Amino acid sequence: MTLDLLRFTTAGSVDDGKSTLIGRLLFDSKQVFEDQLAQVAQASERRGGEGTLDLALLTDGLRAEREQGITIDVAYRYFATAKRRFIIADCPGHRQYTRNMVTGASTADVAVVLIDARKGVQEQSKRHAFISALLGIPQMVVAINKMDLVEHSQARYEELVNEFEAFARKLRGGKNPRRTETSYLPMSALNGDNVVERSAAMPWYDGPPLLELLEQVEVAYDHPDEKPARFPVQWVIRPAAAAAARANGNPPSAVPAPARAEIDYRGYSGQLASGALRVGDEVAVLPSGARTRIAGIDTYDGPLEEAMAPMSLTLRLQDELDISRGELICHPDEAPAVARELTADVCWMSEQPLRPGSRYVLKHTSRTATAIVDAIEDIIDVHTLERVAPPEELELNDIARVRLHTSAPLALDPYASNRRTGSFILIDESSNETAAAGMIASAAA
Amino acid sequence: MSVATRPQLSHLQALESEAVHVMREVAAEFEKPVLLFSGGKDSIVLLRLAEKAFRPAPFPFPLMHVDTGHNFPEVIEFRDRRVAELGERLIVASVQDSIDTGRVVEETGPRASRNRLQTVTLLDAISEHGFDAAFGGARRDEERARAKERIMSFRDDFGQWDPKNQRPELWNLYNGRIKKGEHVRVFPLSNWTELDVWEYIDSEQLEVPSIYFAHQREVFERDGMLYAHHEGTQLIDGEEIFTETVRYRTVGDMSCTGGVRSRAATLEEVVLEIAATRITERGETRADDRVTEAAMEDRKKAGYF
Repeated sequence: MTLDLLRFTTAGSVDDGKSTLIGRLLFDSKQVFEDQLAQVAQASERRGGEGTLDLALLTDGLRAEREQGITIDVAYRYFATAKRRFIIADCPGHRQYTRNMVTGASTADVAVVLIDARKGVQEQSKRHAFISALLGIPQMVVAINKMDLVEHSQARYEELVNEFEAFARKLRGGKNPRRTETSYLPMSALNGDNVVERSAAMPWYDGPPLLELLEQVEVAYDHPDEKPARFPVQWVIRPAAAAAARANGNPPSAVPAPARAEIDYRGYSGQLASGALRVGDEVAVLPSGARTRIAGIDTYDGPLEEAMAPMSLTLRLQDELDISRGELICHPDEAPAVARELTADVCWMSEQPLRPGSRYVLKHTSRTATAIVDAIEDIIDVHTLERVAPPEELELNDIARVRLHTSAPLALDPYASNRRTGSFILIDESSNETAAAGMIASAAA
Repeated sequence: MSVATRPQLSHLQALESEAVHVMREVAAEFEKPVLLFSGGKDSIVLLRLAEKAFRPAPFPFPLMHVDTGHNFPEVIEFRDRRVAELGERLIVASVQDSIDTGRVVEETGPRASRNRLQTVTLLDAISEHGFDAAFGGARRDEERARAKERIMSFRDDFGQWDPKNQRPELWNLYNGRIKKGEHVRVFPLSNWTELDVWEYIDSEQLEVPSIYFAHQREVFERDGMLYAHHEGTQLIDGEEIFTETVRYRTVGDMSCTGGVRSRAATLEEVVLEIAATRITERGETRADDRVTEAAMEDRKKAGYF
């Protein structure tokens, strides 16, 4: 059995088949409601004349998107089959909205990359594939769409698969090879061929249709034991202190006294980012390195013997240590690097350029520090995917390798081995905008 | 493509864990959060998630209800009882007060609704109490403008949402930095569907107000929807009051929330009905979304829930 919640991305513009595909998935899996369909029918007729039904309009979001016929920001869509629940992060494909594509990709388990069978492998598909690989999406499904417009030609399909595969090999190489598995299928979203139903028009393809692929694909949390445990402390539960804080300024009658058993309670809450923890395990608390054992794993629904990612839970520890938000609990023999200097790939998301020497707020797991970007090491040319000599400064949507150091030590994993503890964001201190998405390449004390 | 072999969390457990994580982030990073509790099904789930996130300690924030004065009495009764059971603090922000102090002007006529007026009361209460984060039960599957929402969504010092210029929301790293006077809205149920909410209520055996179950009620039909007859009802020519067996899919103002004909009298029957429904909850029951193609987008920009 697989986790029955799967997140995947699609990327592109309204007119390139992506919206039709999503509309088709929603429609064929019976997730389109009658009032939504009526809205779409009305809008279709207004635009395309009587009797037209444009499924692509199902994915329209904002007024500006409807007016311009483009996708500007990520929209989230939901559908379910008997086997799984799905969350689609429906992303824009234009280069000027790269940051929004990165946003959608950051939480996805699978990327569905669309290729127009007539036009071949376009810039936009490459960018989506590249960002999916950069963001560590473990699975990629390449759908060669609009097969009906190339007479369902197997030769054309194979030509495009070979062309894309050459590109995908390049993606898997490079400085930080990431394990992205790639599958291919021929499709016609407009006619519904190989979306939900197997296509009669392409008997030469003997693989599953898209939906079946998505129902079977494995997600990151499927093997929690294979990854080291990472538990960033988010919040300390202390009923006595919380009751005292509430008593402050409130009439005593409004404040329920904590039960006797709760007065000494001290638990460390958070979401297990990866791996598994068991009662009795010896653990280290980073960055201090202090050691103790897990005395209990608590949840509202009762204590557990064992917990695994991505559960939210509360740990009680055997020894009284001074632990606060931002510290990381892990097994001592599998600890990440504790470091103040790191290199990382960043996707720049701000209109304000990044110049070496600038200061930012860095948020990593539940920890916040100040960071100074010391140098831009190289920048990725999104056309050739080559790393080239760095510019003086980074502009909106640039993707580059940078070196930075932080005001406090952080417990860091390379992004390639852990998407949760290997990622960070940079925040502009004066505007408070999110300026960059960062993926750790290496860290050193 | 490899196929997994190990049993894992159910989708409800995964959604619950994500929501609990969001709530703890907000509690840790903001000075003065508040949880908006209407007595409706989504905010009932929020309260259970808050229990999961913070017990055995009390919640690190109060609850707040924006009361239009036109709420179903069953819901208000439930609201007060639930708050008392939890031992938490409830603030009631009243639209009637906003009318009495001249902050807003009451609409008149048979189609008058206090739906839009709520926005002013909500923003006034947020600024009066100095709240910097407000949890809401909105979900992305409800409506197309909401499909574009962030989990943590920035509001400027006018309470406005700017959908074309939202902060990127990466991984589970939320940027909650704001300046004085600004605030964020936080939607822990962003990734839940209506069916998820009901399945969760069923699996947790949560109590919900009686109006969610089939009951006999005096109603009148307008624009294809069944509205509850109440004190302030003004009928339009041709409309008449009759008794029908209905239940509510959403809980809002009596003036703009329609009931649906239903025989679903238990949680299990409601879950079955929702799983089989062919109409969205807002499309079926909310007059406030029918004004224009972008009614929700416009209200959200102005600071609505």
